[in-house]
Amino acid sequence: MDISPEKLADAYRLMKTIREFEERMRSEYQQGKLPGFIHIYRNQEAIAVAACLDMTNEDYIASTHRGHGHCIAKGCEIEAMLLELACKEDGLCNGKGGSMHIADMSKGMLGANAIVGGGPPIAAGAALTAKTLGNGAVSMAFIGDGASDQGTVAEALNLAVVLQLPMIFMYENNRYAEFTRNPKPDGRIAERAGAYGMPAEVIDGSDFYAMYDACQRAINRGREGGGPTAIEAVCNRFYGHFEGDPQAYRDQDELKQERADSDPLARFLADERSAALTSEMITAIDGAILAEIDRGFEVALAAADPTPDKLFTNVYIDYAGRLR
Amino acid sequence: MKMSIREAINQTLHEEMARDDRVVVMGEDVASDQGGVYGITEGLTKKYGVRRVIDTPITESAIVGAAGGAALTGLRPVAELMFVDFLGVCLDQILNQIAKFRYMFGGQARTPVVIRTMIGAGTGTGPQHSQILYPLLAAIPGIKVVTPANAADAKGLLTTAIRDDDPVIFCEHKALYMDECEVPEGEYLIPFGQARTVVAGSDITIVAMSRMVVIAEQAAAQLKEKGISAEVIDLRTLSPLDEGAVLESLAKTGRLVVVDESNPYCSMASEIAGLAVERGFDTLDAPVKRVTAPHTPVPATPCLEIEYVPNAAKVIAAVEETLAY
Repeated sequence: MDISPEKLADAYRLMKTIREFEERMRSEYQQGKLPGFIHIYRNQEAIAVAACLDMTNEDYIASTHRGHGHCIAKGCEIEAMLLELACKEDGLCNGKGGSMHIADMSKGMLGANAIVGGGPPIAAGAALTAKTLGNGAVSMAFIGDGASDQGTVAEALNLAVVLQLPMIFMYENNRYAEFTRNPKPDGRIAERAGAYGMPAEVIDGSDFYAMYDACQRAINRGREGGGPTAIEAVCNRFYGHFEGDPQAYRDQDELKQERADSDPLARFLADERSAALTSEMITAIDGAILAEIDRGFEVALAAADPTPDKLFTNVYIDYAGRLR
Repeated sequence: MKMSIREAINQTLHEEMARDDRVVVMGEDVASDQGGVYGITEGLTKKYGVRRVIDTPITESAIVGAAGGAALTGLRPVAELMFVDFLGVCLDQILNQIAKFRYMFGGQARTPVVIRTMIGAGTGTGPQHSQILYPLLAAIPGIKVVTPANAADAKGLLTTAIRDDDPVIFCEHKALYMDECEVPEGEYLIPFGQARTVVAGSDITIVAMSRMVVIAEQAAAQLKEKGISAEVIDLRTLSPLDEGAVLESLAKTGRLVVVDESNPYCSMASEIAGLAVERGFDTLDAPVKRVTAPHTPVPATPCLEIEYVPNAAKVIAAVEETLAY
């Protein structure tokens, strides 16, 4: 495993940031301070962080409705994200996107997506840009196990193979499609992707090191003109489909067991390859994370809502017609 | 220079690809030597290579979605949705993705994509290859909808579309491809939202778009022989819509017939009639008449297709009824 001490610290910082960010979000959401739907990423943190750790702002990701972790891993600023999740004027999307449509073009983050399976064709387009310009960038689509059944995903897989696009299909198989246990056995999603003619592997999504190794190979393959790769990261959805879903449809003992077995942060810290991270370093990182999140919420919750005239801005760049 | 719409579109693609490396053409059969069903992309591959002229599988969601994603990240794709009827298989990527990027990302996104698509009846292609569907597209905020009716407009509007930074749907009527007219040489741009007065007149206004402009012109010529002076307005772009041109003409004539190949409900004809009633009521001397296709699918059999599509006789009847009010 080739990982520098700086990257190791980054990986921990990002995973821990996602965890703390979302736990705080849940609490604020439950108090009615955040609008709309939110979908929590807990226990899937290693996937986003391993996926984005070797990416630059010139690489692209297309995210999902469960996208906060992808944003943080791709480098979005905490305060700007929180302003958006609180739907405020100064948010990344001026409050018009919110949790399910948050995007940060400056970071190559092409948007969360409230349409299940909506992102992969867009990510294929970003990969087409990279291929056409020959700039060595890669594009990744995050895809849930539920989305894996959508036709858009099949079309994107096929197009990526036909055009040999520098693209990674990052399946996050948390085994639940909304309220329904996915009947497909683990590995079936990768089999399907592989059948289109690309390397496809099944990885333990709560094992950061295994994920990082697979992502490095996939990203390098893309950068070197080797075409697309699929990774099925098998993981656990700690909370419900959306915040507030009590998961009454899940076996509670099984849920308890899965939660304990698939905590990527606990596994990361227990791994001997993480030994370079001393407890002093961890304490310092944790302190900084909590302070940043505190500050972010303080700013976001106090910030101004968009003024009514903003309803009409940014529909088009230039439009000779009437909007009202 | 005299040329057909087919040639004008082909020439414009050549010119814009030569002008800007970021312009790429993508879709089904576009890279073949013959340039697709109607030869629209003929010769592009020879000149610009398969890096910029990209043949895709039959995969409309991926074509349109990838064109959107490529536009979002720096290319200026001209994607082909072979027949607008195939909107049925890729609408999400237009409606929920491309059209909304700029708004839902708070102005961060720029999506300079053109989706060229074939519309209309008249060639016996039946229910799933003959529809109009532009009212459905014009109803979506965030995209622009363009409907050229002659070769000069096809060139001027397509050039503008390719250079426009917003998503544009460019609707080519398949029964008009071989229609010829004089086309300006060299760079030629027509701004969106500017209707064209096809025939000037004083007794009645006929508003039309796409192939119906040709039908309206035929009707106006026959009406002239009967001593009726009809003004024909070609909207050219449906979104943005040149409301001023319609209202100004109406203020002059006091009477309005709208000719639209769409199905009648929620058609462009309904939109224009609504505009006249809402903002031109004082200038109306008679009820507005809509001449549209019926509320039926497009039949394959030519004998019924002829009944389906509005023609000059139907327009003339509507004009005479309006004038007799």
